[in-house]
Amino acid sequence: MSQHIPARRRIAALAGASALALGLAACSTPSAAPAEEDGGGDATGVTDTTVTIGTHTPLTGPAAAGYSSISAAASAYFDYLNDNGGVHGRSIEFIVKDDGYNPANTQTVVRELVQQDGVFAIVNGLGTATHGSVLDFLNQNGVPDLFVASGSTAWNQPEEYPWTFGYNADYIVEGAALAQYAADEHPDATVCVLGQDDDFGDEFIEGVELAIGADGIADIQRYSVSTQDVTAQIGAMQAAGCEINMLATINGFTALAVGTAAQLGWFPMWFSSSSGADYPTLVGYLGEEMGPKLLQGFTGTNYAPMADDDWVALFRTVNDEYNGGAAFDGNTIYGMSVAYLFAEALAAAGEDPTRESLVAAVASGDLKGNGILPLSFGEDDHAAYLGVGITKVDQGVQDYIDASYAVEGGAVTAVEPQPVALTGKGLPAS
Amino acid sequence: MTSTVLRRRTLFPGLRGTRRVLVVAAALTVLALAGTFLLDPFRNFQLATAAAYFCATAGLTLLIGMSGQLSLGHAALMATGGYGYALTANALTEAGVTGVPRFLVALVVAVVTATLVGFLLGLAAARLRGPYLAGLTLAVVVAVPAIATVWSGVLRGDQGVQTAYDPVPAGLDRLIALEQWQAWVAILVTAVVVTLLALVRRGSLGLRMRAVRDDETAARLNGVPAARVKVTAFTLSAAGAGAGGAVLCFVTQSVSPGAYTLAFSLLLVVAVVIGGLGSIGGAAIGSVVVVMLPWLVGAGTAALDLPADLEQRLAGNLSVLVFGALLIVVMLVAPGGLAALRRRRPAPLPTSQPHPQQTPER
Repeated sequence: MSQHIPARRRIAALAGASALALGLAACSTPSAAPAEEDGGGDATGVTDTTVTIGTHTPLTGPAAAGYSSISAAASAYFDYLNDNGGVHGRSIEFIVKDDGYNPANTQTVVRELVQQDGVFAIVNGLGTATHGSVLDFLNQNGVPDLFVASGSTAWNQPEEYPWTFGYNADYIVEGAALAQYAADEHPDATVCVLGQDDDFGDEFIEGVELAIGADGIADIQRYSVSTQDVTAQIGAMQAAGCEINMLATINGFTALAVGTAAQLGWFPMWFSSSSGADYPTLVGYLGEEMGPKLLQGFTGTNYAPMADDDWVALFRTVNDEYNGGAAFDGNTIYGMSVAYLFAEALAAAGEDPTRESLVAAVASGDLKGNGILPLSFGEDDHAAYLGVGITKVDQGVQDYIDASYAVEGGAVTAVEPQPVALTGKGLPAS
Repeated sequence: MTSTVLRRRTLFPGLRGTRRVLVVAAALTVLALAGTFLLDPFRNFQLATAAAYFCATAGLTLLIGMSGQLSLGHAALMATGGYGYALTANALTEAGVTGVPRFLVALVVAVVTATLVGFLLGLAAARLRGPYLAGLTLAVVVAVPAIATVWSGVLRGDQGVQTAYDPVPAGLDRLIALEQWQAWVAILVTAVVVTLLALVRRGSLGLRMRAVRDDETAARLNGVPAARVKVTAFTLSAAGAGAGGAVLCFVTQSVSPGAYTLAFSLLLVVAVVIGGLGSIGGAAIGSVVVVMLPWLVGAGTAALDLPADLEQRLAGNLSVLVFGALLIVVMLVAPGGLAALRRRRPAPLPTSQPHPQQTPER
């Protein structure tokens, strides 16, 4: 082997020297960052014909069955929009990446979206814990982080996170609305809470306490997403004599809680946050046989169009045409509503959108969306909805009942819904 | 390990012993640092991640390949390091300590915590063998989410703990980007950890580990304290895993049970087996494969333009399948692991144990 040594040595030395030389030559790494276009704005991800955006969402793992249809629905709406001319002549390319509802994966896929795929914005990233892990990253890099699919109040910190905006009504609002409704309709009932073991559960409980006080909750139980069993929690709640169970649960765990209680022969009233209250999804979990029986009278919150509404009719058509006629549920409506809202924001961002103008368009407070209550976006407010309507399942149909609440100045008040009417073909005016 | 000797002499043939390890390590570190200039931010992030994994796989390959103890729980030890780092860093931030001192203190706490846990595990491990040891370490990694949930007041359940990020130090920030800085830190920590492990590997402790692995009774008869050697091996590899967890937490500013699942633990074992058991270079190759393969598979399926529902089903699952297939192929084609492929002579058959007397002269 000895004859190879000098050659190897020379190669090693050469490699070392050339790497160093290249290193010194490439000292410009930081300034190679965002492409500054005319007007001083950052138009990464925008070309003459396309706008590329991305999201992270669970397509696998414990939350997949409850949420994977959201991104598919959003993609379908964007396809519909693109076929109708897009926004300012640009079609929207929507990159969906699976994070398995696992914060560690979220960090990898979001970095990939921002640094490799060069997306213009992250839209509707799903999950409190998952999205929380990329909040700093997105804001440090000045990436618009629009309409997060979670009701955590973490997204509403304009000072600290100027690039981030939420989409869901926050969990404090949902908890407060449900508890206030319970207090109005069932003043003597024993109220308990089952919450996810993260900010989702914490803030929901905070909301419930806001409406009925800490001593109004008889028992609080928590569950962890990684443990697919809530028998202990449900048993404890039954033992505590709970009559109304308030749920801060994702869809899969709502079904698990209802199913587990039924197995114990226990049928309390269920009040759920919108994140875990989608009737068709729950029936999917519980089965066509038992689902409708177990979910009769199931109470939830929502702010998106429901049941027989023009928006729903449009989305149903879009779903048939662009989503292969996939099962149509609350997640479908949710996904298309978010996609519509993004299209509206992009249209408002101007002929040549930049990351700055996109965020300014949202913060202007001029967006309408398609919810049953006005959007509350503004310079100082990065939460989408500060109020919700109460929904109920009756004979297999989930729809709003005559009760809506908003949280203003730390108090829960009853409000009148003001749904946004559908105009034209559900395309943003651009 | 004749082939190892040949390979070693091809670089810096004039050097021997500890000095040789140090020079090679320094050269590789400088190369890696210079290499970061060639990479874009996402690649630097992947490099930093691979470096963090390398800390853990280097310890693991030492443990499995040299002392013959199998651990399926190294993800738990990485998690210990990660939580140790995050909690210390947060406590220091509240006390007003930032920057390099915060990183160093948190790193030390992380390594010490993981080392202690590894020592306790090692005490049990020294009394167990084969499947029982594997079972014990398996139980530890399965328990991670439960532990995070039970002490959710401190460990924050599934959500995990977030830390403040360390910006690029003033003076360097005009020169390099954040991801590059993170890669530098990861490379430097990894260089120290792996160099120490490499020194142990070629030192008298390494010799004793091999003796214990090959024939524990014979080793005992020769005066080797077998139990102590095994505990030490476990403790050292835990230190490596702890450092890896801390670096990963530094790079991503968070630690959560989801990052350290059983699947990840098995992946670490797969990495050292694919790379080549007992070989530090193999551990490096294995950690790069673990980082790059899921990304490659993702990029591949995206490029194929599959139907949406099929793509959805494949996402996240396909890479596990590919790992399994790769493991089988490597075992069939190159039983000595990928590291053995670059040797001139074929590696010894997997059944023939390397003889202790043929290990590099000291």
